[in-house]
Amino acid sequence: MYVGINVILAASLNLVNGYMGEFSVGHAGFMAAGAYLSSMLTIFSFPPGLSEWLFPLAVFAGGAGAALIGLLVAVPSFRTRGDYLAIVTLAFNMIVKSVLENIDAVGGPRGVLGIQRMTTLPWIFFWTVSAIWVIRNFVYSNHGRGVLSIREDETAGELMGVDTRRVKLLAFVVSAFFAGVAGGLFAHLIQFINPRMFDILKSTDVLIMVYLGGIGSIAGSILGATIYTVLLELLRPLEIWRMVLMPLMLVLLMIFRPRGIMGLREFRWFVPAREWAASVARIRAGRGADASTQG
Amino acid sequence: MNYLLQQLLNALQLGSIYALIALGYTMVYGILTMINFAHGDLFMIGAFLCFLAGVTLGLPFVPTLLLSMAGAAMLGAVIERLAYKPLRNAPRVSPIITALGVGLFLENFTLALNPYPKHIAPLLPTHIWTVGGVSVSSLQAIIIVLSIFLMVLLDLYVNRTMTGMAMRAISWDRANAALMGLPVDGIISATFAIGAGLGGAAGVMYGLAYPVIDPYMGIMVGWKAFISAVVGGIGSIHGAMLGGFLLGAVEVLVAAYFPSTFRDFVSFSLLLVLLVGRPYGILGKPRPQKV
Repeated sequence: MYVGINVILAASLNLVNGYMGEFSVGHAGFMAAGAYLSSMLTIFSFPPGLSEWLFPLAVFAGGAGAALIGLLVAVPSFRTRGDYLAIVTLAFNMIVKSVLENIDAVGGPRGVLGIQRMTTLPWIFFWTVSAIWVIRNFVYSNHGRGVLSIREDETAGELMGVDTRRVKLLAFVVSAFFAGVAGGLFAHLIQFINPRMFDILKSTDVLIMVYLGGIGSIAGSILGATIYTVLLELLRPLEIWRMVLMPLMLVLLMIFRPRGIMGLREFRWFVPAREWAASVARIRAGRGADASTQG
Repeated sequence: MNYLLQQLLNALQLGSIYALIALGYTMVYGILTMINFAHGDLFMIGAFLCFLAGVTLGLPFVPTLLLSMAGAAMLGAVIERLAYKPLRNAPRVSPIITALGVGLFLENFTLALNPYPKHIAPLLPTHIWTVGGVSVSSLQAIIIVLSIFLMVLLDLYVNRTMTGMAMRAISWDRANAALMGLPVDGIISATFAIGAGLGGAAGVMYGLAYPVIDPYMGIMVGWKAFISAVVGGIGSIHGAMLGGFLLGAVEVLVAAYFPSTFRDFVSFSLLLVLLVGRPYGILGKPRPQKV
């Protein structure tokens, strides 16, 4: 179950970090927004008998709320680029955590207790598949081309007629939406949330999954999230030393494979047929795949 | 009025600690355009070395300070050699992720060795002077004077010595500096060592001023120092100092006049507002975009 949630998180972050080439580090902030919104809905607004049926609605609302906030975060990203966006998203994550700690209605620093456990394996499966499906189709659509053009060279993309503002906005909104969905699922799985769960360490976790699996690759995100989650569980007998071992492995991985396991590559069955034919033709022509630069 | 002056003094104390750490971020950024996210944890290591030397071994203040600075500096240089140097020509994000990994490693390694928060006993006799209704402790005076001394020293070092000139040359254009015969790798190691040493000094001061230390203390303070560096304009040494004092002042004043839980909220919101208005920080300059 955690694997599914982590796959959604990693794939959605990969859209901004891998495909768009911006460095966003505040993913847990969106997750927090989704988790709080959807659990508020299921606890306070829905009639108790119906909450089982309305659960998908709550998760969707969590995603939509996070997407709205994503819109707000995207605006400063028009002015700044690269490292400064990291700071904007970081500050956003801290602000979300700090705001949640100061609102007594949602429990303040104590968090929210008594969320019903409604996340089941079929729901996780449904949301994971739909997240991957949406993100894959987005990446290979015209808007997706715009996103890639921002990664390769924003100025050149703009000169080619890409509306970079709109594309950035779209990518942020899609990414934030699925982070919110993952947050809603997460809250209804562990039945207890507090602001400290969504701090910068959580964002770092997602970043590690994305860069472990490989940037700019949905297959990589699935792989990265799965490996990371399973490995953390397998290494549990080591207790505290597993948290020493994991970062060490990440550092070694970065040194020997700086783009992650799947960096900029994709499974064969994942790519639409004509895309695959085109990339094969490019490689035959001796120009290689589009793995030239990484912002 | 006295209350305000007292708070400003506290702000100066906190600000000088932030400024010292921010210098490490800004120096590394200036020379490699890389955010060294492990820097906050080097600050934590400095505080733990202070505990080790000052409390466990019972050394007096000056050797403790020197030992912590040297230890942090050495660790900084070793990390650069082992983790960042192989990534000199990798995509730009890889060293940043590596730095996150190194930071997590340092935190959890320290946690595995020291599962409980430690208390640093005062290493210095404390005097409290009262000047016009404002009380100044000797510790506060030492922290402020010492960090300003270190900052002036760094400024002289960067602007007056050959190594400093080499640093500026490399931050200007690394490829050409190498062609001119500068030992680029050595200078980069030196930059990391100096930045980490200043972070270690900040760790000692923080440990003395706020005596309970734990392995995760570097995260929050590190991010705050990073924000100081950004507010001042990352890459600029004077900017980092300015940003550190500014952030210290904002935090202390917010905590003094509002509920202290608002502190992070206000300081981060200020950061966002400032970045929207001046995207490259107060003293920063936009890098020209080549078309």
